[in-house]
Amino acid sequence: MNVHRYDVLVIGAGGSGLTAALYASKNPNVSVAVISKLYPTRSHTGAAQGGVGAALGNVEEDHWEWHMFDTIKGGDYLTDQDAAEIFAKDVIEAVLELEHMGLPFSRLENGKIAQRKFGGHTSDYGKAPVHRACYAADRTGHMILQTVYQQSIKAGVTFFNEYQVLDVLVEDHVCRGVVAYEIATGEIHVFHAKAVILATGGCGRMFKITSNAHALTGDLASIVYRRGLPLEDMEFFQFHPTGLYKLGVLLTEGARGEGGILRNGNGERFMERYAPTIKDLAPRDIVSRSMYLEIREGRGAGPNKDYILLDLTHLPPGILDERLPDIADFSRTYLRVEPTKEPVPIQPTAHYAMGGVPTTIDGEVLYGNTSEDTVRGLYAAGEVACVSLHGANRLGTNSLGDLIVFGRRAGIAAAKFVVEAELPALSDHADGPAIEMVSKLMKGSGAESVGKLRAELQLTMQDNASVFRTQELLAKQVEVLEDLFQRYLNIGITDKSSRYNTDLLEALELGFLLDNAQALVHGALNRKESRGAHSREDYPDRDDTNYLKHTMAYRDPSGKVRLEWRAVVLGKFEPKPRVY
Amino acid sequence: MQAVIRVQRYNPETDKKPHWDEFKLEVDKRDRIVDILNRIKWELDGSVTFRRSCVHGICGSDAMLINGRNRLACKVLVEDLGPQIKVEPIRGLPIIKDLVVDMKPFFDAYETVMPYFINDEPEPGLERLQSPADRAVFDDSTKCILCACCTTSCPIFWVNGQYLGPAAIVQAHRFIFDSRDTAASARLAVLNQNSGVWRCRTAYNCTEACPRDIPITEIIGQVKRAIMTSNA
Repeated sequence: MNVHRYDVLVIGAGGSGLTAALYASKNPNVSVAVISKLYPTRSHTGAAQGGVGAALGNVEEDHWEWHMFDTIKGGDYLTDQDAAEIFAKDVIEAVLELEHMGLPFSRLENGKIAQRKFGGHTSDYGKAPVHRACYAADRTGHMILQTVYQQSIKAGVTFFNEYQVLDVLVEDHVCRGVVAYEIATGEIHVFHAKAVILATGGCGRMFKITSNAHALTGDLASIVYRRGLPLEDMEFFQFHPTGLYKLGVLLTEGARGEGGILRNGNGERFMERYAPTIKDLAPRDIVSRSMYLEIREGRGAGPNKDYILLDLTHLPPGILDERLPDIADFSRTYLRVEPTKEPVPIQPTAHYAMGGVPTTIDGEVLYGNTSEDTVRGLYAAGEVACVSLHGANRLGTNSLGDLIVFGRRAGIAAAKFVVEAELPALSDHADGPAIEMVSKLMKGSGAESVGKLRAELQLTMQDNASVFRTQELLAKQVEVLEDLFQRYLNIGITDKSSRYNTDLLEALELGFLLDNAQALVHGALNRKESRGAHSREDYPDRDDTNYLKHTMAYRDPSGKVRLEWRAVVLGKFEPKPRVY
Repeated sequence: MQAVIRVQRYNPETDKKPHWDEFKLEVDKRDRIVDILNRIKWELDGSVTFRRSCVHGICGSDAMLINGRNRLACKVLVEDLGPQIKVEPIRGLPIIKDLVVDMKPFFDAYETVMPYFINDEPEPGLERLQSPADRAVFDDSTKCILCACCTTSCPIFWVNGQYLGPAAIVQAHRFIFDSRDTAASARLAVLNQNSGVWRCRTAYNCTEACPRDIPITEIIGQVKRAIMTSNA
């Protein structure tokens, strides 16, 4: 076995992974390495645009308590309130630390960090939209990714770029390391570690229309699920209202924060009917549903009345070029629409997994349904994790805040843990299952193709398990998935070489996506209520009596999905009807 | 319409030299080149190898030489090129396979310029202040996504691999001109060396290749002037 040894091993080099690596490496006695299937700067944190919410109060009065409340209400009260409190307080300090690391935020005239309005962020517990999103033009995520990567280089973090993780070595509730595949050579490596931090992002590629990069295939969520660990609240998947028509490329909510308006085919500002107080700046689940309803009732725009318009034409000259240059470029490049002159065709796009690998507030991964059931030496942060900060629906900007707050907490907790911990024992053939998985796929010469199966998965997930759901559609999707799992066993791979084999990687990624989709669909079928992003047309109301609790999806060794529950951490904000 | 896509293929393990494969597909004028490469891989030949991730010009994975120009395959549409499309790897870096090149020399050059914020003075309780005007001075260089379109379009880089290249200079510029940073002179000293800015012969290839519209040649000029005025 080709074995490497580190104290802390981070999987994934986006915002949460690099933040975790950076804080873990602050202890000079702790060795830290990062494994990523991409070069770090290719990570999808770089695609985040609009800002990171923190109650700095640079533009107007703001308080962390207001941010905490907005996060909990935005999450339709499924948010764990202890996580929301830590988050709303810590994100202020975390944003200032990023500035101290050199992040080039846009600035106000007085030299302070600029802030803009964003969906669901309000002053005084819901009274009016508030300027809370700290931004760097419309490339805030890019600047966060660049900054934490730069600082990781400065800190001497070791990188293993373009390594695909195949297995996490969890036995008897102890994590011992991971097995990874070096993409350039096809070699298998074992990384033996005291602590492993999962930070691999989401799984949006299970849907047809998505803002997510091709890389976002839920790899590590799937791998730990295969190892018998639970996935939490996977049925809550966010559809961002403003994806470019047919492409799904994200146009930031900051465009509406700067004054952009959504219009239907009749030119009507329809959000006034659905959210009279904050209108276009309602949370994403509400706006996406409203758009679907407008289209369904025949008020869509375009020849097929199948899209909505984002109107930026009335913004003062210069705002687009100065504060929203990238999204203006996307509209010009991909739709050939000049956003200063005509409204931009948009549709909801699969964007963010609220669910994921369950963790404590220090990022410790759970094997059971209470926060005492932690896997020794295994941590998770960012979109792959479920703290649960976002509950049933994440507010805009809170993903970047999540990365830096909980990435930091996981990095600090892991570094503290490894100082006292011994390196756990590693079995002689720890890489056996991973080697077998690769060799099975490489030998595969079946008639099924990865491209075709993935297209079927994406189309059926979009049709049966996206913005609106019913018993009938979800039950149908369970059958579709069973069929896809069967056919996956019979896939053929064209590329038989060991060198940079992306044919093999795509096959592996499809397997990961199927697992994520399975947990999502079973959770959705089981949750007979509507809450946040999970909207059941056959159960249109929120049901706190029966469902104010987190779903915990496990897969038995037999392959059967088992659903259990975990209590929500409630607190000072009592569940109330969610109106805006 | 039907498009003819010629892709340069090369696996150093099995091929003596690169060769061309030709694929014919029905395409839409609004298809991105990366969409077509994906369809070739998924429908025609699974062994065609290239990098791609975000597919909207932000991650920088899919820099390629497309119809003779360095661009991101996700930022060029069929209608920009017409039905004859030719795709090759970017030049000046070793080919790993097909359109995938070894990025290590590129990132090594990047690390040489100390591409990280340096200021060892005590941190203030709140943010360091910076005026919008001071922030604007280095705005363009913060847009860089390290795709390597610029560096691998530079004729000096092709013949002299020691040249740090335009991307590394842009990254240095981002800190040299940041009013909060204190290590400008150390970076200018690096760029004043043999491998630094004086290699640039202002061919403007980098500026034309940049998918982020960064005025790279102008930025290199600003760094040259900063070296001269600082007597580094």
